[in-house]
Amino acid sequence: MISEHLPILQVVLPLLAAPLIVLFRHATLAWLLAAAASWCSFVIAVLLFFTVPAGGAFDYALGSWAAPWGIGYRIDSASAYVLVLVSLIASVVVTYARTSIAAEVDRDSHYLFYAMFVLCLGGLLGIAATNDAFNLFVFLEISSLSSYVLIAIGRNRRALHAAFQYLIMGTIGATFYVIGVGLLYLMTGTLNMADMAERLAQVGETRPVLSALAFITVGLSLKIALFPLHFWLPNAYASAPSVVSAFLAGTATKVSVYVLMRFLFSVFGARLSLDALHLFDVLVGLSIAATVAASLVALFQDDLKRMLAYSSVAQVGYITLGIALNNADGLTAAVIHLFNHGITKVALFMLVGGIVLRMGTTRFSDMAGLARRMPFTAFGFVVAGLSLIGVPASAGFVTKWYLVMAALERAHWWLAALVVATSLISALYVWRFVEMAYLREPAGEVRRAEAPLSLLIPAWIMVLACTYFGLETSYSLTGAQEAAAALVRGFR
Amino acid sequence: MRSQLVLRVIAKLLIPFMLLFALYVQFHGDFGPGGGFQAGVITAAAVIFYGLIYGLPAARRLVPDRFVESMIAGGVLLYGGVGVAGMLLGGNFLDYFVLAADPVHGQHRGILLVELGVLITVAGVMLKIFYVFAGRGRDPGGA
Repeated sequence: MISEHLPILQVVLPLLAAPLIVLFRHATLAWLLAAAASWCSFVIAVLLFFTVPAGGAFDYALGSWAAPWGIGYRIDSASAYVLVLVSLIASVVVTYARTSIAAEVDRDSHYLFYAMFVLCLGGLLGIAATNDAFNLFVFLEISSLSSYVLIAIGRNRRALHAAFQYLIMGTIGATFYVIGVGLLYLMTGTLNMADMAERLAQVGETRPVLSALAFITVGLSLKIALFPLHFWLPNAYASAPSVVSAFLAGTATKVSVYVLMRFLFSVFGARLSLDALHLFDVLVGLSIAATVAASLVALFQDDLKRMLAYSSVAQVGYITLGIALNNADGLTAAVIHLFNHGITKVALFMLVGGIVLRMGTTRFSDMAGLARRMPFTAFGFVVAGLSLIGVPASAGFVTKWYLVMAALERAHWWLAALVVATSLISALYVWRFVEMAYLREPAGEVRRAEAPLSLLIPAWIMVLACTYFGLETSYSLTGAQEAAAALVRGFR
Repeated sequence: MRSQLVLRVIAKLLIPFMLLFALYVQFHGDFGPGGGFQAGVITAAAVIFYGLIYGLPAARRLVPDRFVESMIAGGVLLYGGVGVAGMLLGGNFLDYFVLAADPVHGQHRGILLVELGVLITVAGVMLKIFYVFAGRGRDPGGA
């Protein structure tokens, strides 16, 4: 009986945990509630992931109002994949958060932090679960507004400016999205995405529909920090508390990518000849620019968190490249990179959180001799770094493999070469860390001060996951293949 | 405003009617224009009016900050609670049909409770915004 309510419980549990946390106003209780909500949603997501029928979906009608009229939730393989990713990262991050937040956020705001955290989680899960274009916008705003607060909540004064910058860019992105949805509503008279996809056939490629496509694509590109629209991301990730950087790096942009794929392939894709619009050609160009330019910029950062943030912009380029190649392997690469890059970046940011706790700095020059001070942290960083580069036997490799295959399928051998070449740039910036941590002599006396276990264990779970999902790909890969198939199949 | 006798007397006369009007807008939302959001704004406006005439500290004594924060959370919780109640009574989330023996009656009950949640949260948020802006430079720690 409860199993039929899983799609809504997935979203409602964290959403209701947020006001409860505010009512109790207690730091420890807040953490317990947030952790319970996150882990429960992870269990629900896993249940959904394994029970969702291949080629089918779970439908849920809110308030028992049937779908095109009422708001419907729809969990298919693609949304279940994203739900598992988001809730997994949230669960690991919230376990890690307690020690890190105690050090980086004033105690008076702890309960607000956890309230915002579960609110953000609920919003992100809602985006993946809903089948209503406007409901999706509401969840987009819930997750965005709470993430602005999360970024600004720390003691770092620069975070205020970064959060404000993100607020402006994020609001423009959300506005563009809602303008696009408004145009689609004008032309189809429906907000239900399945219904919308069907009715777009009768409307055809009229100017409002094409404008809607443009508005939605640009708006979501802002949210996913696609290359020329990425300026908010490095500042936000670099100045946010470590926990927030880790959580957002693994989830926020990923969920927006899912929305972009949902609209391009499931809503528009079935009915419009996107190839004729050269949308994918533009995306290929932007993706290449993102991977090359952002990797090069990352190489010259003197702050560890900024370097990781720019590397995120580059990695988003790989995901959009997979989308732009528009074939089965490309889409699989895009979906699996959501997962692979998610766990990799979360691992790296969580390890950096340990460094922040012990050293109070993320400057590259202060990392000299880190391996002697914090051996496990430094080694974890190297292992996760290998996954970032895409070395064989790491999660990142699986993505690169499918990306290269997809490029070769389209006979773009130069693209395949470019994917390999940009991986070399990421090898360079990971090497910079290795050189600093292992080969430089530390300044002054070295005392061993490893990060506490409460930070190290969750971080290392993610580090080991980076290796595990590089060797054993049955869940992540078949899940991604089914998700890609579900996206292309759309709502039929 | 301490010396403005006319304003102080008129304010005391008006505020009960403002609150009453808020309740009218709330309960009449079923049949005419209005509803929880508008009623919440009017409720908050009554308190803000009180604050403008009698000063911010007086308003904060009347409706303390902690209470405002609980209002923000409590309203959302009431809204979500109605949704969960629908689920526990055998319907879907936010299913009002099952809230009473007669489905139409259930719809009325559900929407009234949900709108009450909206009223509480909107009034809380409006007051919070007013307190934060009016308290700028007075509260310790800025904000």
